[in-house]
Amino acid sequence: MAKIIVVTSGKGGVGKTTTSSAICTGLALRGHKTAVIDFDIGLRNLDLIMNCERRVVYDFVNVINEEATLKQALIKDKRCENLFILPASQTRDKDALTKEGVERVLNELKDMGFEYIICDSPAGIEHGAFMALYFADEAIVVANPEVSSVRDSDRILGILQSKSRKAEQGERVIEHLLITRYDPHRVARGEMLGVADVEEILATKLLGVIPECQSVLKASNQGVPVIHDTESKAGKAYADAVARLLGEQVEHRFLNPEHKSFFQRLFRRTA
Amino acid sequence: MSKSAQRASSVDRPESFQLKGGLFPMNLLELKSADLESIQQELAEKVAQSPAFFQRSPLVFGFEQLAEPEQNQLDLAELCSICRNLTLLPTAIRGGNARLQGEAIRLQLAVLPKGRSKNSETSEATAPTAEPEQTPVATSPTRIITTPIRSGQQIYARGGDLIVMAAVSAGAEVLADGNIHIYGALRGRALAGVQGDENARIFCTSQEAELVAIAGQFMVDEVLRTNHWKESVQIYLAGGRIQISPLPKQN
Repeated sequence: MAKIIVVTSGKGGVGKTTTSSAICTGLALRGHKTAVIDFDIGLRNLDLIMNCERRVVYDFVNVINEEATLKQALIKDKRCENLFILPASQTRDKDALTKEGVERVLNELKDMGFEYIICDSPAGIEHGAFMALYFADEAIVVANPEVSSVRDSDRILGILQSKSRKAEQGERVIEHLLITRYDPHRVARGEMLGVADVEEILATKLLGVIPECQSVLKASNQGVPVIHDTESKAGKAYADAVARLLGEQVEHRFLNPEHKSFFQRLFRRTA
Repeated sequence: MSKSAQRASSVDRPESFQLKGGLFPMNLLELKSADLESIQQELAEKVAQSPAFFQRSPLVFGFEQLAEPEQNQLDLAELCSICRNLTLLPTAIRGGNARLQGEAIRLQLAVLPKGRSKNSETSEATAPTAEPEQTPVATSPTRIITTPIRSGQQIYARGGDLIVMAAVSAGAEVLADGNIHIYGALRGRALAGVQGDENARIFCTSQEAELVAIAGQFMVDEVLRTNHWKESVQIYLAGGRIQISPLPKQN
């Protein structure tokens, strides 16, 4: 039975698309047939992050308007056997998304045998974000450890539990919290909200903590989802998050400031 | 008291008046016809039955039962003068079409929003020894919510108490006609006794509120921060002012 997972946040620029690309790649690498859909009509960027922007012929809106079939629009990922991308339209706007159209596409993906369907939500709480979360079974709410991001994530959690299809049917969308751009040193200095603070305000189960990491920008420029960079902290943290999403118990890493060893400090002083 | 607190309190407590929300019983005259002659006659009879009760009582004209053509026929100014001759004081209208609302504004009457539709039979005012007619508030059982109240959500427990078994986020609002109990942090707004119950209280295990209010009296963030902030408290009205006192600690 396919699972529809929305990656949303409310606030913009916190790491939804980075997370969508990492998670869908991680699931596909673990052998699950996965599709990822860009719901940001007009401001699409999932195709850039996944390095398939030059292979976009038909998009999500074309499929909804029955101008193309799903098979024609889906782009097979070059690195991952089981991964398919459905890009957004760059020229249309969000009104092109309808409940019926989105439902039809999601059902068709399920019929094609996809196990996971990741919906990359745009920022905000308007129509595009609403369409992305409406049919979700599970939600990954991405938040930076920063007050406005946490407030917006709280708002989107409220919307998930009151306006989604599951909410209308009296059920709950399973919520996961993913904290991104976490800097343990700044937390230790009292400049940044800690994991415990964010968890307390949002009262949602922690899926993972992705540390602030330079590899994220590099990955996005190269069009390689950061989870492929197995040396980087962010890559490792995303791999842990995918494992937890699949039900495994994994310890949270990268939560504490690194303490440099004697030799590291010695070399720094002489450098 | 710090400078900012002083400034805050002078804005909060003006010297020459006190502004607060209030709920007052008034008689509602639901018009069923635009025939001023028969209105005058029947109203005079009603007033004559118990003149003391009706003397100088504020009156709200209701138009829910008056069809559109009759609303356009009604001479509101004449109706007001009929009422004043009977010592009734027209104060406001409720509902009514655009023309009547315009007339009301011209006559300096308040224009109230339409009320909920009730059975016409039950709302007839029975004068003699009875109190001015008030809609009986049906007491509902306490409303219990177990999930956090998120930013942007608003919960109103009509006719009873509200119990929240989780936190109320910043930007969320909880209201109740009765008491509010929050077994969690109150980071948003809580308004108890919204229909005027001054005995209503607010209880929470961590007071971090943006605003609290009881029966229209409110206390805002700047004052709340100096008043048992982040403690387990009960909030109530005493001497017309909001008081916050800590809940007994568990051992």
